[in-house]
Amino acid sequence: MKLAHRGIAGLIRLISGVRPLPAAALPAGASVYFANHSSHLDFAVIWAALPATHRATTRPVAGRDYWEKSALRRFIARDFFNAVLIERQRVTTATNPLEPMLAALDAGASLIVFPEGTRGSGEIQPFKPGLFHIARARPAIPLVPTCLENLNRILPKGEILAVPVLGSIRLGPALTLEPRETKADFLSRARLAVQALQRSS
Amino acid sequence: MRFDRETLLIVGGIMGLLLLASTIVFVLKRRQGSGPPSPVIANLDARVRAWWIMVGLFTVALLTGGLGSVILFGLLSFFALREFITLTPTRPGDPRALFWAFFVITPLQYAIVAIQWYGLFAVFIPVYAFLFIPIRTALAADCKNFLERTAQVQWALMVCVYCVSHVPALLMLEIPGYPGANARLLLFFVIVVQLSDVLQYVWGKLLGRRKIAPLLSPNKTWEGFIGGVLSASAIGAALWWATPFQPWQAGVLAFIITLMGFFGGLVMSAIKRDRGVKDYGSMIEGHGGVMDRIDSICFAAPVFFHLVRFGFTLP
Repeated sequence: MKLAHRGIAGLIRLISGVRPLPAAALPAGASVYFANHSSHLDFAVIWAALPATHRATTRPVAGRDYWEKSALRRFIARDFFNAVLIERQRVTTATNPLEPMLAALDAGASLIVFPEGTRGSGEIQPFKPGLFHIARARPAIPLVPTCLENLNRILPKGEILAVPVLGSIRLGPALTLEPRETKADFLSRARLAVQALQRSS
Repeated sequence: MRFDRETLLIVGGIMGLLLLASTIVFVLKRRQGSGPPSPVIANLDARVRAWWIMVGLFTVALLTGGLGSVILFGLLSFFALREFITLTPTRPGDPRALFWAFFVITPLQYAIVAIQWYGLFAVFIPVYAFLFIPIRTALAADCKNFLERTAQVQWALMVCVYCVSHVPALLMLEIPGYPGANARLLLFFVIVVQLSDVLQYVWGKLLGRRKIAPLLSPNKTWEGFIGGVLSASAIGAALWWATPFQPWQAGVLAFIITLMGFFGGLVMSAIKRDRGVKDYGSMIEGHGGVMDRIDSICFAAPVFFHLVRFGFTLP
């Protein structure tokens, strides 16, 4: 599996044109990478850009409804990427999406999350409150703004033919929740931190 | 394929130059003492190391005979096109036309070079791809900035694919009294273009004072330009024994190649400045992207190809 991970990560970087992130630019322990979401490739690209040591402990967070639909999807999400699958539709106290994420963080894993909740087309949508709940429950965890560019041009929503333009990934300085910061303030600050990393606009 | 004596001499000469460059970098690093090397030396180090890799790849491609060179330049075109398209804004209706540009038009152009069909090679992109791109884009029914969008893709194909494909196309020229030696012609061209770039950089770093185009390309100086063009032309003339040319002809052709190469670099810089970036990419350590390394080849190759074709092949 380790060799397969290395190979697939290299292949994803080759296709997307994303450069590997230097280990020195990343927080050492458990952290949360939160990124804009515009393509199916997004989480795989962040995963592939991380150095191998970080990659082994970083788990993408994804919707259970989508990734448990077929055996292939389940294999990709659970077995290959070791994703944290969360409930998006029938949320009850028993299926609270926060619990598995916090459990993963407590076990020392890092998370990849997309606070917009779904894929957009360019403009970054308002953030869903999950990121705020993570920040409040685990205030010491660094939250790393992550900006993905051009991936929606490689594989736009609804397209099956990929165009090999060069994608890029940029990280900003890590955030944490300020004392007495409201949910709305925190979420808009986090969103602006990703937006500030965009080259165009 | 085995190299003939002339080719071996030239390849050996390049290896010697690279050894010299590596030694100079080594001495510079030693003289500077401990601590991380200065940015200029680190960049020089990365550049020289990238040169070793590029020369290695190029030599292997030449050794395979024609096909290796066609594949190598085909890949360069693909990567350059990728960098070029990345920099130009596209809209949701464009991916289909772009898909064709990357995966059909580019491979076909090089396949035509490989089978040495001059008649189609010369018109495939300027005629057929030129007409096809706007048709495919129009079928996507998105009219916003239509002309700009199609022109960008047409331009990208012309510069990154059509122009670059003239380098391996040199292999298809039939020059009387020079049978089977076209690989040397290709070598001559690439050496003169690339040495001109390197020499302009070296002369500019040593003597550069007056900037030619501060807005476009702040590193280009008159001293670097004149020194680089003249010395690269002299080297081109001195390599006449490997070509079908007289010494003066080799010198004049080298002079034209270096001039066109300089203008190629200038034009591609103008596009970079407009898009607000310094390099087209980051694939080649110390140099930037593929496009940053072959911008001079793009403009020099078609002119060199046709001058040789008109002047030295049978009508």
